[in-house]
Amino acid sequence: MAYVILGTCINDAACVDVCPVACIHPAPAEAGFATADMLYIDPQICIDCNACAEACPINAIVREQDLTPKLLRYKTLNAEMALARSKVA
Amino acid sequence: MSVPNQAAALRVAIVGAGPSGLYAAVELLRRDARATVELYDRQPCFGGLVRSGVSPDHAERRRVSAFYERLALASGRFRFHGNVEIGERISHADLCHHHDAVIYASGLSADRSLGIAGEDLPGSHAASDFVAWYNGHPDHAQRHYDFDHERAVVVGNGNVALDVARMLLLGAARLRHTDIAEHALQALAGSRIREVVILGRRGPAQASFTAPELLELIEQDEFEVVIENDNSFQHPAEADPGIALRLRLFEEIRRRPGSAGARRLVLRFLATPLEIVGGERVTAIRVADNELVAHADGALRARAGTSTHVIDAGLVFRSVGYRGRPPAGLPFDAATGVVPNRAGRVFDPRGGDQYRGVYVAGWLKRGPRGVIGSNKPCSRETVDALLQDAAAGKLECVADRDALDALLAECGADRVDYKGWKAIDEQERLNGLACGRPRVKLVEMTDLLAAARAPARRRAA
Ligand SMILES: Cc1cc2nc3c(=O)[nH]c(=O)nc-3n(C[C@H](O)[C@H](O)[C@H](O)COP(=O)(O)OP(=O)(O)OC[C@H]3O[C@@H](n4cnc5c(N)ncnc54)[C@H](O)[C@@H]3O)c2cc1C
Ligand SMILES: NC(=O)c1ccc[n+]([C@@H]2O[C@H](COP(=O)([O-])OP(=O)(O)OC[C@H]3O[C@@H](n4cnc5c(N)ncnc54)[C@H](OP(=O)(O)O)[C@@H]3O)[C@@H](O)[C@H]2O)c1
Ligand code: SF4
Ligand code: SF4
Repeated sequence: MAYVILGTCINDAACVDVCPVACIHPAPAEAGFATADMLYIDPQICIDCNACAEACPINAIVREQDLTPKLLRYKTLNAEMALARSKVA
Repeated sequence: MSVPNQAAALRVAIVGAGPSGLYAAVELLRRDARATVELYDRQPCFGGLVRSGVSPDHAERRRVSAFYERLALASGRFRFHGNVEIGERISHADLCHHHDAVIYASGLSADRSLGIAGEDLPGSHAASDFVAWYNGHPDHAQRHYDFDHERAVVVGNGNVALDVARMLLLGAARLRHTDIAEHALQALAGSRIREVVILGRRGPAQASFTAPELLELIEQDEFEVVIENDNSFQHPAEADPGIALRLRLFEEIRRRPGSAGARRLVLRFLATPLEIVGGERVTAIRVADNELVAHADGALRARAGTSTHVIDAGLVFRSVGYRGRPPAGLPFDAATGVVPNRAGRVFDPRGGDQYRGVYVAGWLKRGPRGVIGSNKPCSRETVDALLQDAAAGKLECVADRDALDALLAECGADRVDYKGWKAIDEQERLNGLACGRPRVKLVEMTDLLAAARAPARRRAA
């Protein structure tokens, strides 16, 4: 299980500041942050600590198991895009 | 980093309580444990475009404002002065005189025009005005739109164009559950619009729609989405994963089965508007088919071809970006549409001299680009510059806090403080509770001010 960022994300990066394992991309210091449509969590690294969800000012981060059917797409999207981003960087 | 010992604590004015002003306030209060921030806005409300730009069906994003308001307030070194227009109630010179430094974070709120014939016809509107109207901005509450035609056209391929199209197509049943202004809900409930055409001068790969907004078009059932004049076959596999994702989502939209829904959105690419047609009001828009031409810098630009089309429409919205006017007393670069600055320090574009103690942040500094969070590193950079200048002894404040309070008392503004804003916020939520909506906004300045003055009560209820 992992945490998932939803499309409401406003790129505030408060989540990046608190993630203990740096699995949220692109971070402000990484390539592509300025042009990112949203941020993504790498589910293979995420340790389910909930810190990002607490820090997000707009509640755009949920637990994977709490995704409603309409939001399920964001699970694969986070996984794919976190991977694609880390390859580019 | 903290600021070395100074004679007196820094007092900084920030103009604009939108995201960039709030980010700057919180950053400054965090970095300098003695600094005080005086935040001014011409509205009695917080949020800037987060309140009056972000669309009602995306209202969860508005939470960001309250989050940073609380952080600023928790410092105990922060004051809000709402309903105080800088340049109107307090001059730039007075502001500088009463603070060590001034950060202008006042945004860009006017529209860019298309520069084509017919733009002034009734029925031809700026998206920026329409957005402010449906979000209940008091300057725009009196506007009137005729939704008595079956088709509307939106020019431009940014997220604002998509916002406008969704508001025209979602229907009252859905909008009723949002914080859309009551006058807009009423007007849209009687709308006859069945189709919205969004015109892009280039192709899907060059559009500025972001992935979550495209995904939203796929996941919704309120209207059908059709793509016309698509040149995506011209695009080889995209190297940038963000663009590749957007193109995949366009492909999904293309393959999405047509719904039986009564309304539809047409994304028409490679079309440049030539003329808005009509006698007494807009009846159509004439467009040219474009092709994309690679320029020396590698960018693909649109070139109008010879074939043209006429699209019948009763409403045309131009959504081709925002622009602003210079704040009184500051230099302005008309070509780039921003205040000339280096890392937030305002410079005279001719002599190159720094405007001592004057800074910019947000859209006014970078131009009308970027989502809410993009303003955070931008404001941080400005605060960095300000604190460096403070440490180098380049800032000075002539008048003391008592003099500032006297100025505020005498400036003639009917000031709304933070408590007043919270009273407005509470009243709007209560109004919403009464009719099952998240909030019903107060849209007349007199009502906003009356709510701000209402004694703190009901909290127990
Ligand atoms: C229609 C629209 C929808 C958007 N939707 C989203 C979205 O869904 N998600 C997202 O991440 N981003 C969105 N954005 C982008 C986001 O709103 C901007 O990045 C952000 O608001 C810019 O912040 P700012 O502080 O620079 O300016 P603004 O938000 O414009 O704030 C400027 C403030 O300054 C005040 N002001 C102006 N002049 C004066 C004066 N003379 N004296 C005192 N106060 C003054 C104004 O009242 C205002 O409160 C949207 C933008 C628009 C236009
Ligand atoms: N996340 C959200 O939901 C959300 C919502 C609203 C706004 N925002 C953000 O706010 C910012 C502003 O948005 P925006 O939509 O106003 O601007 P934008 O993203 O810059 O889009 C402007 C569009 O207008 C087109 N255009 C410019 N001049 C034109 C002309 N003369 N004729 C035809 N088309 C023309 C541009 O096309 P070219 O590319 O060809 O120049 C572009 O497609 C963006 O950063 C946006 O992401 C975000
Ligand atoms: S998930 Fe939340 S905290 Fe993280 S970038 Fe998006 S909006 Fe900001
Ligand atoms: S849950 Fe913890 S580990 Fe996972 S992304 Fe959030 S902060 Fe990082």
